[in-house]
Amino acid sequence: MTKFSVVAISMLIFWMTAGAAAAGPAEFSYIEISNPFLRKIPIAIPLFKSTTQSPQEIQTARECADMLSESLEFTGYFKILDRAAFLEDPQKTGIVASAIKYRNWTAVGAELLVTGGIFVKDDFMEIELRLLDTFKEKLIYGKKYKASLKAQRQIILRFCDEVIFMLTGNRGIFESKIAFVSTGTGNKEIYICDFDGHNPQQYTHDKSISLFPAWSSDGQWMAYTSYSRGKPDIFIHHLHERRGVIVNKKGLGIAPSWMPGKFQLAATLSYSGDQEIYLLTGDGKIIKRLTNSRGIDVEPNWSPDGKRFAFTSKRSGTPQIYIKEIDTNRVERLTYEGRYNTQPCWSPKGDRIAYSGMNNGQNQIFTIDLDRKSPVQLTTDDQGDNEAPSWSPDGSLIVFSTTREGPSRIYVMTAYGTDQRRLLALPGEQTTPRWSPSGLSN
Amino acid sequence: MRKRTWICLALIMVIPGLLLTVSCAKKAVQTEEVVEQPEEQPPAEEAQPEMDQQAEEAKRQAQMEEQQRLEEERLAAEQAQREAMMARNMFMSDDIHFDFDSAVLVPAAQEILQSKATWLQDNPDNTVIIEGHCDERGTNAYNLALGDRRAEAVKAFLEDLGIAASRMTTISYGEEKPVDPGHNEEAWAKNRRAHFVIE
Repeated sequence: MTKFSVVAISMLIFWMTAGAAAAGPAEFSYIEISNPFLRKIPIAIPLFKSTTQSPQEIQTARECADMLSESLEFTGYFKILDRAAFLEDPQKTGIVASAIKYRNWTAVGAELLVTGGIFVKDDFMEIELRLLDTFKEKLIYGKKYKASLKAQRQIILRFCDEVIFMLTGNRGIFESKIAFVSTGTGNKEIYICDFDGHNPQQYTHDKSISLFPAWSSDGQWMAYTSYSRGKPDIFIHHLHERRGVIVNKKGLGIAPSWMPGKFQLAATLSYSGDQEIYLLTGDGKIIKRLTNSRGIDVEPNWSPDGKRFAFTSKRSGTPQIYIKEIDTNRVERLTYEGRYNTQPCWSPKGDRIAYSGMNNGQNQIFTIDLDRKSPVQLTTDDQGDNEAPSWSPDGSLIVFSTTREGPSRIYVMTAYGTDQRRLLALPGEQTTPRWSPSGLSN
Repeated sequence: MRKRTWICLALIMVIPGLLLTVSCAKKAVQTEEVVEQPEEQPPAEEAQPEMDQQAEEAKRQAQMEEQQRLEEERLAAEQAQREAMMARNMFMSDDIHFDFDSAVLVPAAQEILQSKATWLQDNPDNTVIIEGHCDERGTNAYNLALGDRRAEAVKAFLEDLGIAASRMTTISYGEEKPVDPGHNEEAWAKNRRAHFVIE
């Protein structure tokens, strides 16, 4: 499996200006964390400067600049300014902080500027990238990368990750992946793609029905449900090594969820005759039963601290979302509006839970904050069936499935419901996306 | 002497002529007789083969009757087989239907299950798989659990009617295998089902 192959990138931080050297992300409040998508930050990303002007280098410079624009735009934080309106060409004026006429950039509305310089020789490249504040007229972050040409995308994404870290104080999503189910082969199989839908790869080849992919919090393990042994069983696989187990129990085994920071997972098993949630070791051994209520208990999903888990239960007569605290065994009902609330997914910050709630026979994505318990609907009733929300590792985006185009597709939106767009186009139907933890492709 | 010779000669000439005449007359009569004979009493020489034919006819008749009887038996067996097949097919095709988000066996479902129990009693060597299915409107994991409950509810009902639990296994497919791919109430109603498969 080469999908996670590590391409060595030698990097050297070649300068941080005296002023910026000590600057941590806390000094910058470019992106308002409480509601960052209300006002997008205008950012200018001119074409990168080509050192030797060779055709290959010019092409690589364009590809890298475009990739950087698309990747930053994907976050929802930025408004990417149109290059045709730019007053200055870094190819001529230069890319270092001292060479830039900031007024030319503020005049076109840019608050941030990214400049790049590139040198390509055979299959080797050197690229230096700078993030600049056009109003404060100073460098925020700069880095020089040396790597093989094939590592182009990884370099750009790594720089994007730094940009988001400098602007928000959080690690971004650029080294995360998304697992989902697709019917492209005629069977439901699990696929994995990059955070932005690039490089989709088929992960399971079970030729039966594979469902509910679940990432361990270290990104090393995948648990899922497969019918390949004739009934729905939980499979636990290491993502990079050929090892794993099948949870060998009578009845069904569905919808696993890894406990943060531990080699343990919760899942629903029905061998007792009732669908209950159990805590299992990563080796598939039962540690203990977590729910104890006649009727359906499914879809455990852990709080970021691993002390509580949300789940779907029919104990009150209709499927509703509940929270159970492990230490005290206290169970609290979270949703009261609507008669069909399922698929809870705890936000990485821990303050909200996304879920699917049914309106007039169709599911819609909601988030509910844990303090006030007031649900907010993020998808609209005229946009088909929307379900299976999953948070990006930084909590800024939500990936979900929707039938708004007809067949089910994977879409992504901001945590506030804005910027809804398709993640990728594949044959067949795509369902139940699950965002990985960050830092996967290191 | 010469006169006697002449008489002798004449006689020689006449007698064969007479004889010829007689034989001709006799022949004509015989011909008539032959023509009429079959309608009247058959001559002794010809009666013997006719008797053989009759026996053969009877034998053939018996054979035909036997064949017919076998044919009828075969048809009856086929009919019985067809009926058994139909009962078997009905056993497999007659699904148990459920209300939305429910695993409760409504009266109509219980009626169908009574006939399923009869079939299972009539066919004690058969074991069955009970599949639980859901419509597409719910979400996948919950539907898998709901399908499990539907299949288990059906199994429990049949157990109460005396069918050994060891003859029934359950499996849930949730919303993964709709029988009707439509997106309307009619399709959903068909898809909310427990389905029987004879192993």
